[in-house]
Amino acid sequence: MTEEVPSVDFVSGSGVPIRGNDIDTDQIIPARFLKVVTFDGIGQFAFFDQRFDDDDNPKDHPLNEERYADASVMVVNSNFGCGSSREHAPQALQRWGIDALIGESFAEIFAGNCLALGIPTVTTDGDTAREIQQWVEENPDGEIEIDVAAETVSFDGRTIDVEVDDAQRKALVDGIWDTTALMKSNQESIKRTAEQLPYIDDPTPRTGQADD
Amino acid sequence: MSRGTLYDKVWEKHRVTTLPNGQDQLFVGLHLIHEVTSPQAFGMLRERDMEVARPDLTHGTVDHILPTDDQSRPYENEAAEEMMAELEKNVREAGIELDHPGTGDQGIVHVIGPEQGLTQPGKTIVCGDSHTSTHGAFGALAFGIGTSQIRDVLATQTVAMEKQAVRRIEVTGELGEAVTAKDVILTIIRELGTDGGVGYVYEYAGEAIENLGMEGRMSICNMSIEGGARAGYVNPDETTYEWLADTDAFRDDPERFEELKQYWESIRSDPDADYDDVVTIDGSAIEPVVTWGTTPGQGIGISEPIPSPEEFPETKQDVAERAQQHMGVEPGETMQGYDVDVAFLGSCTNARLPDLRAAAEVVEGRTVDDGVRALVVPGSQRVKRAAEAEGLDEIFRDAGFEWRGAGCSMCLGMNDDQLEGAETCASSSNRNFVGRQGSKEGRTILMSPVMVAAAAVEGEVTDVRELEEVALA
Ligand code: SF4
Repeated sequence: MTEEVPSVDFVSGSGVPIRGNDIDTDQIIPARFLKVVTFDGIGQFAFFDQRFDDDDNPKDHPLNEERYADASVMVVNSNFGCGSSREHAPQALQRWGIDALIGESFAEIFAGNCLALGIPTVTTDGDTAREIQQWVEENPDGEIEIDVAAETVSFDGRTIDVEVDDAQRKALVDGIWDTTALMKSNQESIKRTAEQLPYIDDPTPRTGQADD
Repeated sequence: MSRGTLYDKVWEKHRVTTLPNGQDQLFVGLHLIHEVTSPQAFGMLRERDMEVARPDLTHGTVDHILPTDDQSRPYENEAAEEMMAELEKNVREAGIELDHPGTGDQGIVHVIGPEQGLTQPGKTIVCGDSHTSTHGAFGALAFGIGTSQIRDVLATQTVAMEKQAVRRIEVTGELGEAVTAKDVILTIIRELGTDGGVGYVYEYAGEAIENLGMEGRMSICNMSIEGGARAGYVNPDETTYEWLADTDAFRDDPERFEELKQYWESIRSDPDADYDDVVTIDGSAIEPVVTWGTTPGQGIGISEPIPSPEEFPETKQDVAERAQQHMGVEPGETMQGYDVDVAFLGSCTNARLPDLRAAAEVVEGRTVDDGVRALVVPGSQRVKRAAEAEGLDEIFRDAGFEWRGAGCSMCLGMNDDQLEGAETCASSSNRNFVGRQGSKEGRTILMSPVMVAAAAVEGEVTDVRELEEVALA
């Protein structure tokens, strides 16, 4: 059984700016929404505590604004997604409608979790990130195009160079960001590695040999 | 590029192959699972019609949502009950061992691994939890992973990762009175920043680290992630081996212990190893640390003034300003005397036996301040039993603390233990992010267990060293 993993070499859509450095995953998805056994429906809780007060009245937040309702590119600042490793964070953003992020920098586990969902986390310098945020605010319907392979972002009629981590770019472009099937096909090498480890008594997996 | 470090050696030993995307596929020696991050991964596995490859190398516990008071089933909170039931179903189907509360071995995932001897030097350890870095205290290569990676590990017992750079952090000198591992790591994070470790694995070394017991080393490695490093470790030594010899894994199997000890010795960083970066911190200059803000990097010595936002690099200034607003503090003040409503002694950073012992010593013969709700949440059922055997529970109860069951509790407010409104919590946990302890207005001040104890009895942030002087007088 092999599923085709799509290549993510190009993402486009309108943007939504989320301003602030060190935005942690507790803000992206508060812990009380982690009590779910599937990720379905988690998108509505993205940035919940930033968007609603204690009585569930909406507050000022870009995700509450009608003009950003169709956004698919989130533009952020530095160290976005720091804190806990919860994959609920990118899951919530993806289910809210985000297909890619542009920012000054991303926390590592967060970026890794995004990659596992096929979401590029593209980086640029701080000034450029702020500039794009401002442009998005002025042009909420404006189209942002991210060329993952070429490492460029186009907006406002121009194209700028950005950075996509090498491994991330290759994984996205080649459609190998979903690693399960790929790794499972290396059964023999897995076994050989396990055999070399003094603390492993039984190098042979119980299952997984015959079914693929 | 680093060479000859424990990280390099353990990585190489576990490397299955290099994947076409440039990442390495690593064999996973121990996969720990808990109720919050695993159900979705089991779901993905089912969708693909795959089975768990190595149930024998997978170990489960329940910690995050478990109530720490009434644990009768079904749990009062429906979501908690649903997650627990899901975990039980998943481990049963796959044949994975689960430390549910009935076993007497349940506890926070980063407490139970080490105490059962599952955590060993030279193992790769992963868990869907960022504080998996804790296990690095034993010289294991341990990192938190996301749900899709949990799926990968369940399906293949391997994980795809990129190799990181290695930074050696040497903490020299002797730690002062009442200065603990927690103060050391809060100092490291303050100096290097909450994102200073991004792209790095931290190797902790130096006299001050070597002199720590395993629990202190765990507190340090635990918070590597708060410093941005996905993993941190200490090279195994006699202290490590002494601890391991007395765990379930080796207590009755000294031969196996000796055999593996050779492996453990072999993976220690070479004396002439190359590091990508080396940082030295003077351990003797550290005093008890408390946080004044809303990130773990915003810490100061108890006698130091709160910095003004302008003192920070530009990208950190708005964070500092927001933090000071949230906490209601002014630059120039110290944190001493800051009113405390809740004292929380718990979490995978600081809820092991020596943590509780040290706090009990401060608490003994005193009473919790009238305005303070104080609770002790031991890291595991074993820690709880051991503490009770020493009578620590009575000391805490006599002083006015609640003595709870084991779990994560108020560290992240997923069960009923939460801050209310704008309450301030003196907390031995690891994160002071806004909302972390269950209330958006709530305020968290991170500190060591003895400092939490001092804050509990005084009702305000207090230098524990001064408290002791009072007691002696
Ligand atoms: S005690 Fe806190 S930090 Fe540790 S695993 Fe539990 S929730 Fe996470």
